[in-house]
Amino acid sequence: MNHIDEERLIAYADGDTAGIVEIVRHLDECEECRASYHSIRRVMTTAAAMAVPEPDAAFEQRMWARVRPELEPKKSSTGWHGWLAAAFAPRRLAFAGAMAAMVLAAFLAGRFWPHGEGLGPQPKSVQPENLAQVHERILLVAVGDHLDRAQSVLLEISNAEPGTAGAKAVDISREQRRAEDLLAANRLYRQTAQRTGDAPVASFLDELEPLLVEIANSPSQVSSSSLEELQRRIAARGMLLKVRVLSSTVREREKTTAPAQGATPAQKHL
Amino acid sequence: MTRMADTDAAQVALVLGGDSDAFRVLVDRHGRRLFRLAYRMTGNEHDAEEIVQDALLKAYRSLERFESRSNFGTWVYRICANCALDRMRKQKSEDSRRETPAADTDEGAPGPLDTAASSDPGPDRLALSGEVNTAVCTAMDLLSGPERTAFVMRHVDGFSIEEIAETLSISIGATKNTVFRAVQKLRKQLEPVVATR
Repeated sequence: MNHIDEERLIAYADGDTAGIVEIVRHLDECEECRASYHSIRRVMTTAAAMAVPEPDAAFEQRMWARVRPELEPKKSSTGWHGWLAAAFAPRRLAFAGAMAAMVLAAFLAGRFWPHGEGLGPQPKSVQPENLAQVHERILLVAVGDHLDRAQSVLLEISNAEPGTAGAKAVDISREQRRAEDLLAANRLYRQTAQRTGDAPVASFLDELEPLLVEIANSPSQVSSSSLEELQRRIAARGMLLKVRVLSSTVREREKTTAPAQGATPAQKHL
Repeated sequence: MTRMADTDAAQVALVLGGDSDAFRVLVDRHGRRLFRLAYRMTGNEHDAEEIVQDALLKAYRSLERFESRSNFGTWVYRICANCALDRMRKQKSEDSRRETPAADTDEGAPGPLDTAASSDPGPDRLALSGEVNTAVCTAMDLLSGPERTAFVMRHVDGFSIEEIAETLSISIGATKNTVFRAVQKLRKQLEPVVATR
């Protein structure tokens, strides 16, 4: 009796149906080939069952932390679907918000800058006092929103759990991105406040800036000790209390500049 | 029910639209499967993580070439298999540069890509290990990169011969032969172990 060679047996064990009738008939009759076939099957099953360690719980975070800095945003889009996705992508919206803040701050900085001879005449139909009041209100609303967002980032960082002994890293990627988004607006609001002589706002934004820079430039996974250091700095400077008080003050001032509240002195700056 | 926003294709569209952070969902969904593949290819956790990282970056950079009708999981799996193969080839060439012909005959553990003939552990060594898994790892180390890839794709993850051929960029016939050689080598190493189970 001619035995079935190893190659055909392996192919059959692998699911190859070539010559299957002949092979099945032979395996029925030949104990030696049947033993070989079962041995091949056992080897395949055993090798396929090679133990693979399960990655730890932070695996996905670790992979993302390694990959993310290398990702250049895609510039091209593919049709309307891609265009829509691009237009409404969260990062784009955040960037658009920051750009809007810059434009607004730059515009208002211009408006609040002491009017010199170089400036063109004001439209006759608009009273300078009212115009300044409108601009001030817009700026107060923008700064108030900015302070609320900054407060939220500081709160998240302050309340983050440093992690247990087993967890070496803490994911602050969300706060990091938000700090990054706030940074450009913070600079412009600070400059505007300095120009307009609003010392409390300028001083707070000046103090906030290095913290935002530090959070934005931190790795998305920080060690427990780095997080605790950051939390200590926020607490030591009383940043949370300051931002709450200032935000509340700005909101109050915002109300006083509301049209229904009557005229506010035109020279009152932010 | 799977919402459109939850599918891989939707995430790919977001990434292509400029939202690179949308790629994180794909990392979270497929990272572990890629790790298992890379580990089976290399037998080393550290290498496996680096391979997954390379594969994800490569996938991101060539995302424009991904066709939305195909399966992202399969696509990125095949990229990962090739990253693992590249790494193994590189490692093999580094190992061979480091080797001195006389030194390796007497001492040292076999490298992951040593051939069966040059570093056959033999039944005695397998018996000494006392662990079937150790024997499997040792036997897998004796396969060439393409053999290991073909075996894992075929017998662990259930890919078709055609898909393996496409991944390895070889013909169907050559792929069948690669799977055969892999099983043949594994059988040579593992038969004494599985026979006693």
